[in-house]
Amino acid sequence: MSAQPIAINKTRDTNARPERRPRGRGSLFRLVHRGASLALFIGLWQIACQAKLHFLINFGNVPGPVAVAGAFIEFVQSPDAARHIGASLIRIFSGFGIGAILAVPIGIWIARSRAVEDTLLTSLEILRPIPAVAWIPLSILMFATAEQSIIYICFIGAFYPILLSTIHGVKGIDRRLLNAAQSLGAGRWEIFWEVILPGAFPSIVTGLSIGMGTCWFSLITAEMMAGQFGIGYLTWESYTLQNYPQIVVGMVLIGLLGMLSSLMVRKLGSVLMPWTRRGGTAG
Amino acid sequence: MTSSTFPRGAIRIRNANLSFGSDATGIDILQNISLDVLPGEFLAILGPSGCGKSTLLGAIAGFIRLTRGEIFVDLKLVQKPDADRGIVFQDHNLFPWKTVIANVEFGLKMRGVIKAERRQIAKEILARIGLSEFWRHYPCELSGGMQQRVNLARVLVNRPEVLLMDEPFGALDAQTRLQMQEMLLGLWEEYGMTVVFVTHDVDEAILLSDRVLIMSRRPGRITAEIPVSVGRPRTLELTTSAEFQRVKRECLEYVRPETDRAAVVQNTGRASVVIQAKI
Repeated sequence: MSAQPIAINKTRDTNARPERRPRGRGSLFRLVHRGASLALFIGLWQIACQAKLHFLINFGNVPGPVAVAGAFIEFVQSPDAARHIGASLIRIFSGFGIGAILAVPIGIWIARSRAVEDTLLTSLEILRPIPAVAWIPLSILMFATAEQSIIYICFIGAFYPILLSTIHGVKGIDRRLLNAAQSLGAGRWEIFWEVILPGAFPSIVTGLSIGMGTCWFSLITAEMMAGQFGIGYLTWESYTLQNYPQIVVGMVLIGLLGMLSSLMVRKLGSVLMPWTRRGGTAG
Repeated sequence: MTSSTFPRGAIRIRNANLSFGSDATGIDILQNISLDVLPGEFLAILGPSGCGKSTLLGAIAGFIRLTRGEIFVDLKLVQKPDADRGIVFQDHNLFPWKTVIANVEFGLKMRGVIKAERRQIAKEILARIGLSEFWRHYPCELSGGMQQRVNLARVLVNRPEVLLMDEPFGALDAQTRLQMQEMLLGLWEEYGMTVVFVTHDVDEAILLSDRVLIMSRRPGRITAEIPVSVGRPRTLELTTSAEFQRVKRECLEYVRPETDRAAVVQNTGRASVVIQAKI
């Protein structure tokens, strides 16, 4: 046998990242390609707005990239910026945090116990198809403050993807690993801690990442309908105040913050799961 | 037989029966299996795919419950899995989220051995199987043969009385398999545990074991017992010896009709499997 560690490229967990392409001239070309494509897109947008193109889309009403950039700089410098962004971030992390703290243990519990599954899952499955948006009127009635109801909407958005991925992850753990652990002397608690939790972890991280996306989606809708601050509120408010460039500023902020928070979840997952990174800590 | 200093690891199986489903529509997996394995013996169980030999192994390990009958290891009734009975499957054995050393240490950790001590024990056994330099690697970075070596180390660190092996080398290429067989024999001599080795490879069964049991297609019954009179230490050269060939012919006599019948039953569809199984 060769003494080389042969990395087997089996179809592992979906979270396992494919091997990174070596950086070389090819990748520099691709970077330039992507940059040029982005520049072209922004250029076409500017041209369409300046020409007030009106074919299906009325570009006469769409603020161009130059106007948006100006409004963006102006917004970022204004004292409102921190207030709006801060309000949204607090809601996101409260709703997402509560969702994760409840969904992961409940998911594990449902997956491990038939009695719990039969008790909880039916009600949860009936509530699941109701989109977070549909909860808005009732949640306003349910909670004392608008803030609480928005956080509740965020929670609903985050809860289900995390719950379902956790159940899926726990149920998907290879029977042989559980048997092996038992035969090596592991008790119930040790099996939970040493096998079930790490075994389901990649799936839980996937759920957290999807949940973060749906959480933002729910947040923006809730803020548009019930908020007093926040990026969703800002976007809608800009429309009613006819400050059109600021609508796009709001949209860009939503895109950026949503992307960053999903990236954060994935990064955290990959730090906590060195075994899904090829190469790992091995040296 | 080994130079084991402690006569532990005697297995006694009495009237083991296992069926899934109700009496009327159930499928019998194991039927009236009784056998004794001596302490330190290397027993091979040969049988066609789906004959229930893995199920029997799972029952000895303690995570499959028999419908009727009893299994004793050293006169203790088997009721649940225990570190005294280690098991090795064909693949997907190691914890993918643990490094090689953490996998090997697992059994010691479960017994509450302190970290420094278990690390030292684990490193010693890794050196024994020639994988010292890979201690910080994750299982996915190792070849199949290396993974199975780590797996053996992880089980042996518990010093089990009984080692149960379910086609452990079935997924390996021929050359690696030979190396693994040789290593297993060496570890068996050294540790002196009882080994129950399930395989469908006749050569492998004879090369390794003191005794070969042939199992029938479902419902699994023991149809023959063939002592392997080939001397030890076993080497690859012995496989061409007259004695080896004689034992092999004897095994094949029992194995061949079983596999043929299993094939016929599989071809005639699922319904007939159930009917045949009930007869």
